[in-house]
Parts: sequence; C-alpha cells; structure tokens
Amino acid sequence: MPAGTLYRGREGMWSWVAHRVTGVLIFFFLFVHVLDTALVRVSPEAYDEVVATYKTPIVALLEYGLVAAILFHALNGLRVIAVDFWSKGPRYQKQMLWTVMGIWVVLMAGAVYPVLGHAARELFGS
Amino acid sequence: MSAETPSAIGAVEGAAYGPDNPAPYIEPPRKRTGRTPRSTRGNFEMAAWLFMRLSGVVLVVLVIGHLLIQLVLDGGVSKIGFAFVAGRWANPFWQVWDLLMLWLAMLHGANGLRTVINDYAERPNTRLWLKGLLYTATVFTILLGTLVIFTFDPNIR
Ligand code: HEM
Ligand code: HEM
Repeated sequence: MPAGTLYRGREGMWSWVAHRVTGVLIFFFLFVHVLDTALVRVSPEAYDEVVATYKTPIVALLEYGLVAAILFHALNGLRVIAVDFWSKGPRYQKQMLWTVMGIWVVLMAGAVYPVLGHAARELFGS
Repeated sequence: MSAETPSAIGAVEGAAYGPDNPAPYIEPPRKRTGRTPRSTRGNFEMAAWLFMRLSGVVLVVLVIGHLLIQLVLDGGVSKIGFAFVAGRWANPFWQVWDLLMLWLAMLHGANGLRTVINDYAERPNTRLWLKGLLYTATVFTILLGTLVIFTFDPNIR
C-alpha cells in the first residue's frame, strides 16, 4: 500500500483527499492556461480562436467544475491553516469543515448564473 | 537497608537501584552531540511547509479575484479576447497581479505535487523521473508566462 494512503480518518481524511485531488487538477489547468494565454504573443487571431472554445456550453460546464475545485481548495486551505496556527484550531476542525462546505454551497449557487448563464442562453435561446 | 525493597517489581537482575546505586545512564539514540553534523538536510521541508501556508493566503485573494474578473464581472467569459487582454495589461497593476499569481500558484502547485509524488511513487527511479518532469514543466511554465507578460505587444498586428 502506498505510504500516502495510510491515513485513516473520517471527515478529516475525505477533506484531505479532496484537497489533494483539487490541488492537482488546478495545477494541470494552470499549465494549459499559461500555454493558451501565451498565444497573445502569436497573433490576436490565434488567441481569439482558442478563447472561443472557452465560451462553448461544454467548456462552460468545465469552468463551473474548475470554480468548484478552486473554491473548495481555497476554503479548505484556510481551514488547514487555521488548524495549524490557531490554538483552538484542532478542536474545531470538524465544525470548520462544515462551515467550509456551507460557504462553498452558497458560493456555488451564486456562481450558477454568471458562469453557466451564457451557455443556457446559447442552448435554449434567449 | 533491609533485603526487601519497596518496589512492586522487585529486584531487577539482582540490582536494587537507589540513590546510592543509580541505574546505568543510557544515552538517547538520536541525541545531538558535539560530533553530530550541524545540520543534515537544512530546513528546506520546514520552509516549504511555511511557504504553502503563506502563499495559500495570498492566492485566495489573487485567484478568486481573477476568477471574479474573468468569469463573473462585465459579461463573464464572453468578453474575453485579445482586445480585453490588451486593455488589462496596459495597466501595470494587473501586470504585477498576474505575475505574482503566476509565480505563487506555480511554486505552490509544484511543491504540492512534489509531496504527492513523494507519497505515491516508491521506486527511486520513478520518483526521479516524475520529479524531473515536474521541475522541467514548472520552470518552463513560469518562464513562458513571465516572458508573455513582459513582452506583450498590443500592436502585434
Ligand atoms: C476559466 C477560468 C479562467 C479564465 C476565463 C481566465 C482568463 C484569463 C485571461 C483572459 C488572462 C489574460 C490576462 C488577464 O486578463 O489578466 C489570464 C491570465 C492568467 N491567469 Fe487566468 N483565467 C481563468 C482561471 C485561472 C486560474 C484558476 C488561475 C490560477 C490558478 C489563473 C491564472 C492565470 C495566470 C497566472 C495568468 C497570467 C498568464 C501569463 O503570465 O501568461 N487563471 N487568465
Ligand atoms: C486559492 C488559494 C489556495 C489556498 C488557501 C491553498 C492552500 C493550501 C494549503 C494550506 C496546502 C497544504 C496542505 C497540507 O500541507 O496538508 C495546499 C496544498 C496543495 N495545493 Fe493549494 N492552496 C491554494 C491554491 C492552490 C493552487 C492555485 C494550486 C495549483 C496550482 C494548488 C495546489 C496545491 C497542491 C497540489 C497541494 C498539495 C496537496 C497535498 O499534498 O495533498 N493550491 N494548498
């Protein structure tokens, strides 16, 4: 068994797995993202052509997923920092995780229209 | 002193330890002595641990602000194009913002991936290759992104 999977917990373990998975996903996105942005040094047309794919409905869904990953990683990252540096952090880690999930759900609901609205208009007409 | 010691265990190997007959001193196996090298690995792991937390706090502002600008405000993704980028990078504030975000996110993510590789890749050769690939991709991405910000030309055509 790989050394990294020996940690057996409950909420603490799943939040750690999710933090790891989202972190890796964001890193891979960033690599591709810097490559696509570099097209501004090729030509305006090349850049606009690639950015057009960012505006399609399917990619809009991926963007919503990216927002989900970043918001979880960011909020849970702040929780990890609080557990490490706040004297009462370890005692409240579980409550903080539910707080993170609560804020995450609210922000994700708020992101539906701005991130997916244009895709819905394209698919179902305005 | 009588032969009976007031110990629950009783005499160990015939020796009754006490103030007059102290137990032999056993040196802790990893005790730092004059002959221990000052430091074997330095404080790299500690610095990396701290960096993850400090960069994380800054990245919350940079990345969530970036997503707000790119995906939510002012029409969301639909407004993005060469002209939009030209407008943003005309302002040094956003150049510095993007530069800082590029460096911090890449270093934070690369250090995170280093941990993941250390956790799952067990064969020394696999680790070596994966880390070589990771460091190459990281250096390449940071240099490319930096170059793009500094050499951006709005009148390329
Ligand atoms: C789908 C969501 C995203 C969109 C639509 C988007 C869009 C853009 C655009 C238009 C630029 C050009 C410069 C500017 O306007 O500031 C840019 C640059 C940049 N973005 Fe994003 N971005 C997204 C997500 C992210 C995320 C999640 C990160 C960080 C993890 C990120 C990091 C960067 C960096 C570092 C640059 C500078 C690139 C360079 O130096 O060449 N972006 N992004
Ligand atoms: C948005 C703000 C962010 C915060 C507050 C944050 C916070 C953190 C913290 C505190 C850790 C250390 C976890 C630990 O030691 O157990 C971590 C790990 C990690 N982060 Fe972030 N991070 C952020 C953004 C990012 C970005 C943009 C990327 C990708 C480029 C990323 C990728 C990673 C990876 C791959 C790990 C390693 C995960 C592991 O070892 O399990 N993070 N993050």
